[in-house]
Amino acid sequence: MSRIQAKWRLLLAESKKAVIPYVVGGDPDPAVTVGLMHDLVAAGADMLELGVPFSDPMAEGPAIQKGHERALAHRVSLRKCLAMASEFRAKDVETPIILMGYANPIEHMGYGPFADAAAAAGVDGVITVDLPPEEVAAMNEELKRVGIDNIFLIAPTTPDERIPLIVEQASGFIYYVSLKGVTGAGHLNTEEVAAKVTQIKAGTELPVVVGFGIKDAESAARVGAAADGVVVGSALVNLLGDESHTIDARVKAAVSLLGDIRSGV
Amino acid sequence: MNKPFDPSVYAQVPDANGRFGPYGGKFVSETLMSALAELESVYIQLKEDREFQREFDAYLAHFIGRPSPLYEAERWSDEIGGARIYFKREDLNHTGAHKVNNTVGQALLAKFMGKKRVIAETGAGQHGVASATIAARLGMECHVFMGEEDVRRQALNVYRMRLLGANVVSVTSGSRTLKDAMNEAMRDWVTNVDDTFYIIGTVAGPHPYPMLVRDFQSVIGREARAQSLSQTGRLPDALVACVGGGSNAIGLFHPFLEDEGVAMYGVEAGGHGIETNEHAAPLTAGTPGVLHGNRTYLMQDEDGQIMHTHSVSAGLDYPGVGPEHSWLKDIGRVNYVVANDDEALEAFHKVTRTEGIMPALETSHALAYAAKLAATMTPDQSIVVNLSGRGDKDIFTVAEVDGTDIFGEK
Repeated sequence: MSRIQAKWRLLLAESKKAVIPYVVGGDPDPAVTVGLMHDLVAAGADMLELGVPFSDPMAEGPAIQKGHERALAHRVSLRKCLAMASEFRAKDVETPIILMGYANPIEHMGYGPFADAAAAAGVDGVITVDLPPEEVAAMNEELKRVGIDNIFLIAPTTPDERIPLIVEQASGFIYYVSLKGVTGAGHLNTEEVAAKVTQIKAGTELPVVVGFGIKDAESAARVGAAADGVVVGSALVNLLGDESHTIDARVKAAVSLLGDIRSGV
Repeated sequence: MNKPFDPSVYAQVPDANGRFGPYGGKFVSETLMSALAELESVYIQLKEDREFQREFDAYLAHFIGRPSPLYEAERWSDEIGGARIYFKREDLNHTGAHKVNNTVGQALLAKFMGKKRVIAETGAGQHGVASATIAARLGMECHVFMGEEDVRRQALNVYRMRLLGANVVSVTSGSRTLKDAMNEAMRDWVTNVDDTFYIIGTVAGPHPYPMLVRDFQSVIGREARAQSLSQTGRLPDALVACVGGGSNAIGLFHPFLEDEGVAMYGVEAGGHGIETNEHAAPLTAGTPGVLHGNRTYLMQDEDGQIMHTHSVSAGLDYPGVGPEHSWLKDIGRVNYVVANDDEALEAFHKVTRTEGIMPALETSHALAYAAKLAATMTPDQSIVVNLSGRGDKDIFTVAEVDGTDIFGEK
């Protein structure tokens, strides 16, 4: 059983929703990322999404774009993110790590070498924003070979007839993008989200988590009620980028927000 | 170049998945997949629709002013003393460049799809101006994304767009140039996908854009081919066009691909020189990767991060290139070469002085290479250069390079 599956069993047994924070590897400073990951787990994170910095993060709103830029300024890229995952894994053998990023850094490494390196680093899942089902076959083969889950996005614009095409290639869980827009946008419609999540769940055994637009305990609670878990990204990355505070204070603020959200769902 | 020539392959791309060999595709987030599928089905339907074609042809003739002339650059050819050089005069189009062929086509698609809001990215501003122009004509709301650096370099075009009623959004993320403007346009599209049509300015982006932009721009090559036959009695021996994203080059080349005797040269921006790494020549010095929705040659570092590019011409300052060019390079049908900043500037001055035609700096790259090529050929041979745009927009850049203060006392 994969770490992600094991985690879902545990959550189900405890009737808990998953809380999944997203941080960018190396943001705001590579020295704090692994410690931040451990602190997020201590504050109640069930799984971790580690964003892989990319020069052209097309699906991100301003907050996460800046996170990518801060990380790139420290020359953090895919290899360093894998090293961070590996360092985290040395002290935490349970919490799943999901890499979230864009196709090109992975393409450049090569799908096979990437799959091997990710498996060796203790990575459990991969979300590649710009690899829709139509383009993913070659990478999926490699991820399957090493037992890494490939997690897909479903959007409000995904037509009903596309959903089976997506879920049949997915494993681990489904990530429902809660709004039309980039990460961190502000117009979340809880009822629409709930209806779509119900519809997705009717066609798959996989858990469905919701992300994009969740910024506090209240929005997390509302969305969490309809789904198996929530992803919180921009709100954390915003705090981590707040230059009016020291890096230590920013990390503490992000961990504290995650704690609030945990208690809300 | 060693493979036997097979003219049938060119009509077969892209395939149903938007692939040109290994290049192209639809590498976008899930939110945009249905919009791309809708665009593809509408385009395939309208391509065969008489009413749509009649309207497009009427705009080409009466709004843009087509056909554009095929002009023999006599003095310049005499001076070089090799092949005769002809200019396909896209600079004479309404708005001053080839870009408008495509923006009219896409804006008409938007109209037929019932979308009232159009967005566009722009580098030099030519595509932005062409988009703002047709949006004004069709009564559409228009937002143009432009890197902060390009807003500064191309102030004249920024003002033109504003006069036309467009909202110019200065993009401050990343390297603040064309690639970042394209990222921001994609973000706007994801957010407003229900009522917005994204007018992509080049033969890049996700399928079906590389195909439909190529089709709209192919009017250049179709005219040039017919004009060559009627004016010179034969096809040209070579075609030369500059390549940033590559829309003017594809537009000229595509109708000639099956003509084995016609050699083709795509000229990339060599910037300060390939060896300096400060250039914008992914086909010459890059490697394949994925950016802006398609797999293609890119300028990228050892981590797969997209590199900063440099070119004196904003319109060529892009780290990727249309996927069909990547394929044409690999199969050897088109030769991709470079011209550096200083060579382009020299050609700019030369053609301005000898022909009375001031070319865009983008176009000047093609002219620089054409001069070299012509010198290796004979006067019974001919070259068609795509004179893709006029240079008025570039006079501030040229003055800056020359150390001239246009408005000053000096």
